[in-house]
Amino acid sequence: MNLNSFIAMRQEIFLLTILLLLIVGEIFIHKNKKESLVHFALFLFGIHTIIGFFAIEETSLFGGMFRTNTLIHFFKNALNVGVLIVLLQSADWIQEKMVPLNKGTEFFMLLFSSLLGMYFMISAGDFLMFYLGLELSTLPVAALVAWETSKRISSEAGVKFILSAGLASGASLFGISLLYAATGSIYFADISTVLTSTNLTLLGFLLFFAGLAFKISLVPFHFWTADVYEGAPIGVASYLSVISKGAAAFILMILLFTVLKPLMHVWENIIYVIALATMFIGNLFALRQQNMKRFLAFSSIAQAGFILLGLITGTQLGTATVVYFILVYIFTNLAAFGVVQAIALQTGKENRDDYNGLYRTNPNLSLVMMLALFSLAGIPPVAGFFGKFFLFAAAASKGYYLLVFLAVVNVTISLYYYLLVVRAMFIRKNENPIPFFKSKIYMRLGLLLTVLGILVLGLYSPLYDYIFELSTLFNK
Amino acid sequence: MDILSLFVIVPVLTVIALFFSNGLKQARIISMIGSFIQLGMAINLLFTYLKERAVDKSVMLFTQDYVWFENFNVHYAIGVDGISVALLLLTSIVVLAGVFISWKTDDLPKEFFISLLVLATGVYGFFISIDLFTMFVFYEIAVIPMYLLIGIWGSGPKEYSAMKLTLMLMGASAVLMVGVLGIYFNSNADGGALTFNILEISKVHIPFEAQKLFFPLTFIGFAVLGALFPFHTWSPDGHASAPTAVSMLHAGVLMKLGGYGVFRIAMFLLPLGAIEWSWFFIILSAIGVIYGAFGALKQTDLKYINAYSSVSHLGMVLFALLMLNKTSWNGAILQSLSHGFMTALFFALIGMIYGRTHTRDITKLGGLLKVMPFISVIYVIAGLASLGLPGFSGFVAEMNIFVGAFQHEEMFYRVATVISVSAIVVTAVYILRVLGIMLMGEVKNEEYLNLPKATWFEITGIMLLLIPMIGMGVAPLWLSDMTMESVGPFIQGVLNHL
Repeated sequence: MNLNSFIAMRQEIFLLTILLLLIVGEIFIHKNKKESLVHFALFLFGIHTIIGFFAIEETSLFGGMFRTNTLIHFFKNALNVGVLIVLLQSADWIQEKMVPLNKGTEFFMLLFSSLLGMYFMISAGDFLMFYLGLELSTLPVAALVAWETSKRISSEAGVKFILSAGLASGASLFGISLLYAATGSIYFADISTVLTSTNLTLLGFLLFFAGLAFKISLVPFHFWTADVYEGAPIGVASYLSVISKGAAAFILMILLFTVLKPLMHVWENIIYVIALATMFIGNLFALRQQNMKRFLAFSSIAQAGFILLGLITGTQLGTATVVYFILVYIFTNLAAFGVVQAIALQTGKENRDDYNGLYRTNPNLSLVMMLALFSLAGIPPVAGFFGKFFLFAAAASKGYYLLVFLAVVNVTISLYYYLLVVRAMFIRKNENPIPFFKSKIYMRLGLLLTVLGILVLGLYSPLYDYIFELSTLFNK
Repeated sequence: MDILSLFVIVPVLTVIALFFSNGLKQARIISMIGSFIQLGMAINLLFTYLKERAVDKSVMLFTQDYVWFENFNVHYAIGVDGISVALLLLTSIVVLAGVFISWKTDDLPKEFFISLLVLATGVYGFFISIDLFTMFVFYEIAVIPMYLLIGIWGSGPKEYSAMKLTLMLMGASAVLMVGVLGIYFNSNADGGALTFNILEISKVHIPFEAQKLFFPLTFIGFAVLGALFPFHTWSPDGHASAPTAVSMLHAGVLMKLGGYGVFRIAMFLLPLGAIEWSWFFIILSAIGVIYGAFGALKQTDLKYINAYSSVSHLGMVLFALLMLNKTSWNGAILQSLSHGFMTALFFALIGMIYGRTHTRDITKLGGLLKVMPFISVIYVIAGLASLGLPGFSGFVAEMNIFVGAFQHEEMFYRVATVISVSAIVVTAVYILRVLGIMLMGEVKNEEYLNLPKATWFEITGIMLLLIPMIGMGVAPLWLSDMTMESVGPFIQGVLNHL
């Protein structure tokens, strides 16, 4: 390894360093001063995020196991920003609830390990690295889901998550082994040249796909989602819903568009069906959810269905729109989760009916929530509209007009349940509303970042054009 | 800064100013100033347009073009012709009147005016856009504030009405999105680049199959907002529950977006589709015209009567557009304008009557001419305009529509036209019925004998609407000429394919 390899892997190395520093800190800092580690971790991660924005060159390391280029690097930065927001929004909760139980630093360590796994997963150049990354990104999250050990529902969610994740990654590994059997290589570059459509490779692909579909929570691999989101601490649920989902969708897209391109005539059809099933089931189940976390869980399933509309194309336009949508979605969904978290931390209330009359007591939080919901529903001029419109345009560019039509039917269904929350906050009256409160600085900063993202990402068009330029990298 | 973009910038600035305002007094003053500037700009635009039009014969004037999303070839492209100028003027008048009528909104006033002006921003933006994408963005911006406006400040079953209206309109716009994408991805049919620009797409020969597929999507997408039967059901409920100013703005301006989009996009860009499908939508719109009229006949709630009357009148706009000739198209534009002033006036008056008597049920009212003469006289004038009496704006419009419609000689058109014309008779019946029951006769309720007089802001609001309405009726020609000239290129684009 020379200096250039270090620079190419600097995201990974820096994050690992932070992790190690936190371990050292955890060991040496006195029990009563553990709270300072929260600030320390946030500070380091903030620096890490900023450093990430320096450009990187296209590199391939370790004989092709690890690769990086500007699009992958861009996406890592997007994940960094997302994780930073998650951490900011969770900081108060960690300080108030977790540090006294002496579980504050581990939260950061596990979350960073999972993020590190995602880095490796999206930078993977062969299936081995990919699988290692997948596992590393999943296992720590299982511990995080069960983090509130005093709550039964949290432990239950943890068990559910680890069991489903284990099954999914087992299926994925089996699929990889079949692909290896058929092609004789685990390197992406080699496989794409020799892959042909045979029964063996198709079976391999299906099993492999199932593993990633679990992480993106596509129907019919979505059953864990609502229960786990409900049981997990809100910060972890939001991490699962945006970062984990976004990274998995990104790598799935890269694999489909490059390695598995020879099977396109097959996966096109699979994705068509799964996109429809995911959108309809996610939306229809979201209609009747009372608990905000379950509600957002089903909404995020439906959003994953929309992502598939870009995936189905296999073109540069598809890549660009998917990356753009995920970026927008990170900010949007984190805004919604952030408000839910702020309210839950102050009052412990998580149901939609508790939000009745929220605007009259907490106008700013309600406005943030409304922006987030409008962005999720795809209403201009906020970013979600552009994300959705471009995804639909990508699907339409390949002539999938029926699919787009059914997707817009789903957008209308989803608008109904998003408006139910708006109705609760703005229209309904409440005898006993959530009283006015002021969140702490980290939470406010976290929400502010999301709002900026929602407002700016859509109207500031050069960003999309930039992503489109980068997308040539995987569509040669 | 170009004079058209100001139509979007000024309301946005007003909204920002409102955001930092405090209390009813500041909010209404800021909104009033903003809307006044807007009206001034609209009048100024009218005269500059007329001056410019004398020398410049291109389809759209004052065009500006800024690249927005380069890879999708999305532009913020704007430009106006006589039709948009007239509709911008209508919008600015109705918005200002709406602000005056809402002078005493005491519940969350700041938020009310913000929502109202966001809606106005969407409408202005829609009328100046000549880029499909930009237009679509503004279209949705105009629709979504309705949810809050009806939900928070409405009356009666407001949650139900607001949800129904929003879902139907946003559902329609979602369908429209498919149509827009279909047009966009066929805009390179002649080998050029994909584009959203309306004027460029109109030169492209989009394949017939695509036109046949996307015309109904685009047409329905817009026509739901123009209360096309059977998608009109949001309108009566929505109007009945909405607060006065919102009903005014919605029926007066927002519903015009439907007809405007139909001829500007659906028909202009997909002429073969329009010709192919016109028979089907003629049937629907003729049913709408007659159904709306009979619906109004049966209702006793003033707002429902007016809402159904709007369904009937705007059905006529769609009907006229589907006739695909110049006279009827011009009639459709004039009908939109005339209906805009008239229905906004109606809703303002209904709001004032309701505010004093606390009922909108005409069977409980009576003899209002004796107790509130000013409001009642204006109501009579609006009613006469609505039933198309010569000398008022409605007459000119309907005359044009039916003269145009009768130019078709086939049996099918004749029957459809006769059915639609007969709605005029029904209109006369339901208007006169309301006037008779509500204004004439004995005062039914003692309490009505000493009702407060119309206040200055109410009178200002009403005059703003009344004057142009009468002006249009007395001197229709200059307006008719202006729109007729602008209709030309559009109808010609369609007729070239016949």
